[in-house]
Amino acid sequence: MTKPLAHIRNFAIIAHIDHGKSTLADRLIQTCGGLEEREMKEQVLDSMDIERERGITIKAQTVRLAYKAKDGIEYQLNLMDTPGHVDFSYEVSRSLASCEGSLLVVDSTQGVEAQTLANVYQALENDHEIIPVINKVDLPAAMPEEVAKEVEDVIGLPAADAVFCSGKSGIGIGELLEAIVRKLPPPLEGDETKPLKALLVDSWYDSYLGVVILVRVIDGTLKKGMRIQFLNTRAVRDIDRVGMFTPKPVLIDELGPGEMGFITASIKDISETQVGDTITEEKRQCTERLPGFKPSVPMVFCSLFPVDAKQFEDLRDALGRLKLNDASLHYEPENSQALGLGFRCGFLGLLHMEIIQERLEREYDLDLIPTAPSVVYHIYKTNGEKMELYNPVDMPDVVRIDHIEEPWIKATILTPDEYLGGLLQLCEERRGEQITLTYAGHRAMMEYYLPLNEIVFDFYDRLKSISKGYASFDYEIYGYRESDLVKMEIKVNGEPVDALAMIVWRKNAEKRGRQLCERLKELIPRQMFKIAVQAAIGGKIIAAEHISALRKDVTAKCYGGDVTRKRKLLEKQKKGKAKMRQYGNVDIPQSAFINALKMGDDK
Amino acid sequence: MPGGLFAVYVHWPFCLSKCPYCDFNSHVSAAVDHDAWRRAFENGIARTAALTPGRTVTSVFFGGGTPSLMEPRTVETVLEAIARHWTLDRRAEVTLEANPTSVEAGRFADFAAAGVNRVSLGIQALNDTDLAFLGRTHSAEEALDAIAIAKRSFPRSSFDLIYARPGQTVRSWQDELQQALDLAAGHLSLYQLTIEQGTRFATLHARGAFEMPDDDTAGALFETTREHLAAAGMPAYEISNHARPGQESLHNLTYWRYGDYAGIGPGAHGRLTIDGRKLATRGHRAPAIWLPRALSEDGHGDHVPEEVSPQEQATEILMMGLRLAEGVPLSRFESETGKPLHEWIDARKIDALRGEDLLSPEKETLRATDSGMQRLDGILKYLLG
Repeated sequence: MTKPLAHIRNFAIIAHIDHGKSTLADRLIQTCGGLEEREMKEQVLDSMDIERERGITIKAQTVRLAYKAKDGIEYQLNLMDTPGHVDFSYEVSRSLASCEGSLLVVDSTQGVEAQTLANVYQALENDHEIIPVINKVDLPAAMPEEVAKEVEDVIGLPAADAVFCSGKSGIGIGELLEAIVRKLPPPLEGDETKPLKALLVDSWYDSYLGVVILVRVIDGTLKKGMRIQFLNTRAVRDIDRVGMFTPKPVLIDELGPGEMGFITASIKDISETQVGDTITEEKRQCTERLPGFKPSVPMVFCSLFPVDAKQFEDLRDALGRLKLNDASLHYEPENSQALGLGFRCGFLGLLHMEIIQERLEREYDLDLIPTAPSVVYHIYKTNGEKMELYNPVDMPDVVRIDHIEEPWIKATILTPDEYLGGLLQLCEERRGEQITLTYAGHRAMMEYYLPLNEIVFDFYDRLKSISKGYASFDYEIYGYRESDLVKMEIKVNGEPVDALAMIVWRKNAEKRGRQLCERLKELIPRQMFKIAVQAAIGGKIIAAEHISALRKDVTAKCYGGDVTRKRKLLEKQKKGKAKMRQYGNVDIPQSAFINALKMGDDK
Repeated sequence: MPGGLFAVYVHWPFCLSKCPYCDFNSHVSAAVDHDAWRRAFENGIARTAALTPGRTVTSVFFGGGTPSLMEPRTVETVLEAIARHWTLDRRAEVTLEANPTSVEAGRFADFAAAGVNRVSLGIQALNDTDLAFLGRTHSAEEALDAIAIAKRSFPRSSFDLIYARPGQTVRSWQDELQQALDLAAGHLSLYQLTIEQGTRFATLHARGAFEMPDDDTAGALFETTREHLAAAGMPAYEISNHARPGQESLHNLTYWRYGDYAGIGPGAHGRLTIDGRKLATRGHRAPAIWLPRALSEDGHGDHVPEEVSPQEQATEILMMGLRLAEGVPLSRFESETGKPLHEWIDARKIDALRGEDLLSPEKETLRATDSGMQRLDGILKYLLG
């Protein structure tokens, strides 16, 4: 027996990182009896360690709550916990597409942040009703009235109906549940008698259940045993389980219109389950497809090499496993002279990249050297061909390039106004073009167009350091623009070091080159040869440093009794050479490259 | 067996006190049974000679420890045993390492009578402050006396100094070097102070008790030493050894030319060519283990010898030979290892080192230039590591 539409509310929770979204969700679950007190652990919805630890949500989660409202009716509340970060904005957008309303959670000690805005705009695009939720009102530093006003001023949402609450202490939770029932609309359409039409919201691989598919039913009913078809992939499968999360997975008989839940259908590979696909019954198909989603496209690339060459196969396995649950992760093998065998990997953004690296190192115990992140350039060749450049190493010869385009972003930065000057300067240095600059109280909102290339390096770190951590930053991809870009190579004794090649804006090349050369000079130990470290564009040297030869490097005493020991020492060094790379006559410890790659911009 | 050289090294493992820089196999022992050691050395010689019959010994070296603490009779017994089991060349160089205390200098005449014809004195410094820092028990004055007595007692003598001491300047070292030159009898060993693991200095240095000269200062001191002594007619024939032509230590040249040598005593190493194979021998390091084994009926104080493969020999020849000013004659290298140099080492590496003026361009000999000598560890690592 499925619920009438009028008694269903599907809603998402959107918030900036750390504004207490997951804690609030936990409290709602607890209040509705989804979990006993003893089962509550903090942030039950973030199932990955890394999610819990970093306070971020990566995969969308859904929980069905049973709430008996003051009007005496028991409502079915389907809560979606969405990723809060721009890198996962596709996941946000598809979560939002399966709901009718959103709770906009704002920390009453912090105020509106850049991500809050981005998420609100997405919710509005999906025609959501939005309830502003001013959270953490129990904290001494809370300024709920001011923050509510900010929501009105900056976002333009009427804040008179805002709910003041605290996920942590439970203040205002009852009020919030009532607001959900009264203010958010029920699913707009949905006909039990029509052929099945359901949205594939998300999917993931579970080692016990196989691929678990999160669905939102529009029309018809999903039942165990039903033969379904995915309209885009054309795949046909038999449903072997239908369930919901409370947040514990609970098997049920069916899912009706307006409801959310999960199904499994003996699927082993998530690449078979395209997010946004329309699910219907094979023998009684719906006539139209749901609009679906654009597939997520990797925007940031970097190469990952195992420190120990023996771990290459382990790295391949680990990437394969992560890919099982993350269709947006791209990788292909790469062979670098400087760093050996590794993988060129594509990520949705910087956070995604960081998370993948961290999971590889932590969950798979791999020791990795990441190269500097880079973006995808469009290269238009003189022969009319267009190529996408994922790795600076593959850049064609300049004479064959007509022009190059690079991705730009539209960035939103919110900051206390005292840091505005420093942040404006940062944006200008990074080739930013100002779109707007507005104030709300003591806070400023900056909007800028910026090349993504300038962001991937260390923009976020610089932003945080200039603003002492108070500024927030969010971005969306804006499009490609022509730029004067060049490939800069670093040469050691005349030989290019592939792992250090980078695409830079011509006017920044000299400065970047000089910094890298200076840095390498500190990192490469003196040897018996003089070593030249150069930055070059094409054949032209734009910066150079010299590392002078060791003045003395000789053992004082070596007699008959020392021979065996000294020989064995040399033989041992030969083995240690695996960690060294030879450039010309120079052995460079791998650690020098690793540290050069860690280099920030303005050090 | 180049030049028919065959050297015998005899290790006396005892000292009156342990010097803070020394990582040699030396031990401080209250009571030493000299008779037992004499018999043990004789046994060691007999056993080694049985493996290498018919050889003519061209040099004997008593090292340590402090071999000047041996009874002269022990030296005599050892030399007799060598002459009995092998042939002892009439012109053989017989060197004894000695500390320049008055007690030991007083026995120089007895050592000479026992057959020692060359003495090598561990002077280490010519001022009392530095001697105290280096943990030496003699004074500068005693050292000067010992040098004089040594010159009178033996046909040849040499002494060691340690430089690149903490705080030492090029200027003060030049003065000390000049003083050493005035005292020298044709041979000087000048060692840069090196902090070796497992020494008292290693601990003190790790605790920051003193600071070693930086690379540039050490380099300047090394350069000064070579220039100053070459100008005075005692060029470096090896990294740390200087001699007037003809006064080089034949015994040590045997090591550097990769000739055969027998090692007798605790921790003593040998390289013996037997039936065309090169064997590495090694005595047990601890005197308390070596001595009873060497004295037992059919036991011996050595570990099981290991064969040195041609590849390892190639490494050893270069490692030792490149320390010499004369370098490594390539014909000898080839006959020892069975293959020409370029089959062991990438010719491009040699060319690169020649291009950087670290190896001389000569075709018949592999030889480090002055600049190469100074960076020899790097060269060896590059070629062999």
